[in-house]
Amino acid sequence: MPDTAAPARAKPRLRPGDRVFSGSALAAGTLILAILAGVAAFLIIESVPVVTTDPKDINILDGQPFWSYVAPLVFGTLWSSAIALLMAVPVSIGIALFISHYAPRRLAQGLGYIIDLLAAVPSVVFGLWGGNVLAPAIQPLYSWLTEHLGWIPLFAGPASGTGRTILTASIVLAVMVLPIITALCREVFLQTPVLHEEAALALGATRWEMIRTAVLPFGRPGIISASMLGLGRALGETMAVAMVLSSSGGITLALLTSSNPGTIAANIALRFAEAFGTNINLLIATGLILFAITLVVNMIARWIIGRRREFSGAN
Amino acid sequence: MSKRIEVRDLDVYYGKFKAVEGITLNIEPRSVTAFIGPSGCGKSTFIRTLNRMHEVIPGAWVDGEVLIDGSNLYEAGVDPVLVRRQVGMVFQRPNPFPTMSIRENVLAGVKLNNKRLSKSDADDLVERSLKGANLWNEVKDRLEKPGSGISGGQQQRLCIARAIAVQPDVLLMDEPCSALDPISTLAIEDLIEELKTEYTIVIVTHNMQQASRVSDRTAFFNIAGTGQPGKLIEYDDTSTIFSNPSEQSTEDYVSGKFG
Ligand SMILES: Nc1ncnc2c1ncn2[C@@H]1O[C@H](COP(=O)(O)OP(=O)(O)OP(=O)(O)O)[C@@H](O)[C@H]1O
Ligand SMILES: [Mg+2]
Repeated sequence: MPDTAAPARAKPRLRPGDRVFSGSALAAGTLILAILAGVAAFLIIESVPVVTTDPKDINILDGQPFWSYVAPLVFGTLWSSAIALLMAVPVSIGIALFISHYAPRRLAQGLGYIIDLLAAVPSVVFGLWGGNVLAPAIQPLYSWLTEHLGWIPLFAGPASGTGRTILTASIVLAVMVLPIITALCREVFLQTPVLHEEAALALGATRWEMIRTAVLPFGRPGIISASMLGLGRALGETMAVAMVLSSSGGITLALLTSSNPGTIAANIALRFAEAFGTNINLLIATGLILFAITLVVNMIARWIIGRRREFSGAN
Repeated sequence: MSKRIEVRDLDVYYGKFKAVEGITLNIEPRSVTAFIGPSGCGKSTFIRTLNRMHEVIPGAWVDGEVLIDGSNLYEAGVDPVLVRRQVGMVFQRPNPFPTMSIRENVLAGVKLNNKRLSKSDADDLVERSLKGANLWNEVKDRLEKPGSGISGGQQQRLCIARAIAVQPDVLLMDEPCSALDPISTLAIEDLIEELKTEYTIVIVTHNMQQASRVSDRTAFFNIAGTGQPGKLIEYDDTSTIFSNPSEQSTEDYVSGKFG
């Protein structure tokens, strides 16, 4: 027979390293999804009794409908986190820029180290500090603010006598989320291509103008992601808020009074120990809502980042 | 608009390392001057000292004088930011701002310099600069698209448009075509030919044909060995450098015997 046998084509060979890697990546990805689904399923299943039970049979609800019970908690969670973020993000960006673009090298390293240390402080410590040091120290300021700027709804009186207000809780949260936002922003700013920084400088930009034209726009998606991580931490923070905030009130914009809305996470921590029966289901249901809030917040962040993908420089 | 550059006995250092030594040369207004020489001889280092861009590199410093129309760039109290507004620069790799549209890229420098610009003035400037960079026809329908979404050659011309939009006196180009294909390279060479009626242009290139095509004067730099400073070997009319140089090393280099 003439040699018609096609030359044996080299089969794409799967190398063991590739196989192990893709296998473990797949397993890890699946595991994360499975855990997430498991948590969601647990929360949903455990929440069902809250809908089916008469509110009068759940002591914590005290006769009121479920939604009017969670509304102030949802508000308190979002409100305290938003204020915390509002304070933390500008400061973080400032520190990160200082470290990445202004500080001399040794100082930058030292500062970076301190920030990382701050991230390692347990939240109980922040709680103790917030409740026992910060709150009494800042109370006179609150009194002053309600007296002189009380016409602004945020500063409406009467001022809390203990200083354990939602603003104090937000300040503590801000301090807690500051390290992670700063560390991520610093990394992002350091990644700015030298090429783009030089482009700005060669056009006659001052250092600040260079940062505005090259560094910040380039780092924008990173800043948003960092803020969202910080927000995630603030939304879910339990101990610190539980120890600082004296919560009793409903939905209000006033930051300095003694009637403050609680937060979902802190409320669960405070109530869980003494809860029984359907009360536990109620608390789990509020947990489900927190879970949903976090998901929505993350989706919004992704949408914001994706909107200007074309301009991200990733192409 | 265009200005005369005089360099007097300039040394450039990176920390303790002397990268370039004893450069003295004059560059006439409305001319194109090419810097050629083997890799590592300090062409980029030197060209950056003409608008103080070397100061961006930690540890880099100069000794000597650079005069632009008689005033020394390195005099105490001279603001490097103002120097760079006067002496523009185009880099080896095209570097439009990826976060900005084509239009915003062109206006980036102007926005820094004089903050407020009416919409119609801005439109005029964008059109004029892009036409000046021979790019207008290719991008006029997508000015709002990202600056990084066009071809490399177009990006480089966008960078030139961005540089000329601030109306500098001098335009420095460090190997502006080395990342481009031959067609884009020709487009930029034509552009340089046109720009020289208005600007003083200095261009670094590794391409001998390019140097002989676009430049009026050519400076040949060389280095005695690694760790030695680069020096200006010969500076003359381009035709002289390529046909009848007075130094043996220049002849060897332009004829391709080394480098
Ligand atoms: N950032 C830097 N720090 C220290 N030394 C540097 C730096 N940049 C360049 N050098 C040194 O200065 C000398 C001149 O370099 P330069 O980049 O100016 O050469 P060049 O002529 O532009 O070379 P090429 O043609 O390859 O671009 C080289 O010895 C180089 O190693
Ligand atoms: Mg070079």
